[in-house]
Amino acid sequence: MQTVVESTGICKSFGETRALKNISFTVDESDIFGFIGPDGAGKTTLFRILTTLMLPEEGTMTVLGLDTVKGFKELRKNIGYMPGRFSLYQDLTVEENLKFYATVFGTSIKENYDLISDIYSHIEPFKDKLAGKLSGGMKQKLALSCALIHKPKILVLDEPTTGVDAVSRAEFWIMLKKLRDHKITIIVSTPYMDEAMRCDKVALIQNGTILAINQPIKIKEGFSRKLYSVKADEKYKLLLALKKYPKTSSVWPFGDSVHLTVNEEDPEESVKSFLEKEGVKYPEINLTEAGIEDRFLELMKSENG
Amino acid sequence: MRTVFYLIRKEFLQIFRNKFIGKAIFGVPIIQMLILVPAITFEIKHVNLCIIDNDLTPESRGLVNKLEGSTFFVVKYSTWSEKEALAILHRNKCNLILNIPSGFGRDIGSGKPSKILASVDAINASTAQLSWAYLNGVISDYNMNIVTENINTNQVIPLSMIQVTNRYWYNEMLNYKHYMLPGILVILVTAIGFLLAGLNMVREKEIGTIEQINVTPVRKWQFITAKMIPFLLIGLVDLALGMIIGKIAFNVPFEGSILLMFLGSTIFLIAVLGLALFVSTFSSNQQQYMFVAFFFMIVFVLMSGIFTPAESMPDWAQKFNMVNPVAYLMRINRMVMLKGSAFSDIRREIISLAVIAVCFTSFAVRKYRKTA
Repeated sequence: MQTVVESTGICKSFGETRALKNISFTVDESDIFGFIGPDGAGKTTLFRILTTLMLPEEGTMTVLGLDTVKGFKELRKNIGYMPGRFSLYQDLTVEENLKFYATVFGTSIKENYDLISDIYSHIEPFKDKLAGKLSGGMKQKLALSCALIHKPKILVLDEPTTGVDAVSRAEFWIMLKKLRDHKITIIVSTPYMDEAMRCDKVALIQNGTILAINQPIKIKEGFSRKLYSVKADEKYKLLLALKKYPKTSSVWPFGDSVHLTVNEEDPEESVKSFLEKEGVKYPEINLTEAGIEDRFLELMKSENG
Repeated sequence: MRTVFYLIRKEFLQIFRNKFIGKAIFGVPIIQMLILVPAITFEIKHVNLCIIDNDLTPESRGLVNKLEGSTFFVVKYSTWSEKEALAILHRNKCNLILNIPSGFGRDIGSGKPSKILASVDAINASTAQLSWAYLNGVISDYNMNIVTENINTNQVIPLSMIQVTNRYWYNEMLNYKHYMLPGILVILVTAIGFLLAGLNMVREKEIGTIEQINVTPVRKWQFITAKMIPFLLIGLVDLALGMIIGKIAFNVPFEGSILLMFLGSTIFLIAVLGLALFVSTFSSNQQQYMFVAFFFMIVFVLMSGIFTPAESMPDWAQKFNMVNPVAYLMRINRMVMLKGSAFSDIRREIISLAVIAVCFTSFAVRKYRKTA
């Protein structure tokens, strides 16, 4: 398999803030590579360097065998970029936007229609509507169409599903999977953990540092301890009580339950009785399988600690 | 080149899609011309007088009648109280108090010099000076009458005088509209080139579309050219529109070559578009741009000599005008339109403008390359 992106020791600061610290990673051809991390982790900065919009202070990045600093001219012909903010012309229609981006790349809608047909067909009935008047999901489809219209070899998507409804999000990932058949490498960032599992490889990023890079399943497996899911009527009270429990190693809220690791074997009974003593009603404790989010929180904690 | 063409097509599509801007681009010059050209004038049509006649003789009545008879003066108030007269002046009800002391008429007859006192509201120095000059004119006319009357009654004294005959060149009727119109044309073109173009540029930054363009193979120079050309064309169309209005509504003479006018404005537009682009690279939103652009506009326009002659400005101001594109176009427009100056007469201005245009544009391109 071919390496499409190779980043070594990328650093970038904005004044006092060190946005990226020594970022190294490689992306293989036709992979969907995800950057997962909270807001302000440095995802957008990294993507701006990747798409030749910003110069790194240290380190080098090669994309498609071209240096992002020296080879930017050639590289821009082969990158499709969808910024986090909707960046198409809101006062042009759907079709005018697509046509415009096709022409600046020296191509036409017709020429690459097969590549975008799956996506564009959803919005084609509204092609005379102004882009600014579209719904969030439709804007996203238009932006993706515009990013693909010149048949790029690599597609960079900065938080494409932020602010998009759940149905459109699911549809969107199906579309991305299909693009793999066209040998397009996809680099995507997201703050949503559930989307991490849909990538071929993910990098967990926080405070400008990559905490882990691996297949999502492997990252998940990196969680080596036994994880318990605790439920009770009053979640906040439960959380406080568990923090008081002397053997607690870590505890964090997870959906409608609380995830807990402890420094003892088979803690179910003792935890339960401790909780009841603390006044938590009807506690339930079960062994559970760790998700990627659990691993991420664990990594974050060890990084901060 | 094809890319530039596509970019320009996109600009026009956006400009004319915007219902307000699309119409305003052609509506504003018409309104601006029709309002400003007839409104702005330094001519003084009415000087309101307050007369304090403490003399009440045929001589004093004669002077007041003479003032009333002139087209400039209107006797609004008469009073015997100096205090009241000053109060009227204070309340802006009159511009000038003429105080005729008692004994005025008697002194004229006796051969002694007669005295009157004029108090002028000098808040606006040029109005004050003009009113004073007009008053002087009327009084010296009145003086001549007294002298000639006396000549008739007394023995003949030969009077030797210098007779002055004057003729006003280039604007024989001293028509202020003719003077203002070429200047207003400059403001018009400046507004299009500086405000519209710059705001358009900043808007792409503000809404993030420039990000998307920057990842495409579109080169910076192509993008900049495509931003400049539409506004250059719109500016020239507005200039044509302004000149047509000048001809139809105000019958302003076109002594010189219209082509030369367009040449001047084209170079000027490139200069202000360059400056607009330069300022836009410093601004991250339209509000910031507006504020800075407004500052530049006011300084450039007021120092250009549109209202007050640039030649009488202090030395440093005249030096500043060497880099003020508005000042050059102001001169070019007036010289070509009213004097019929040929290219050789305005060569210095054209060359200076061209140098400014090249400088501003290259600063802008360089700065733009660095920031985006």
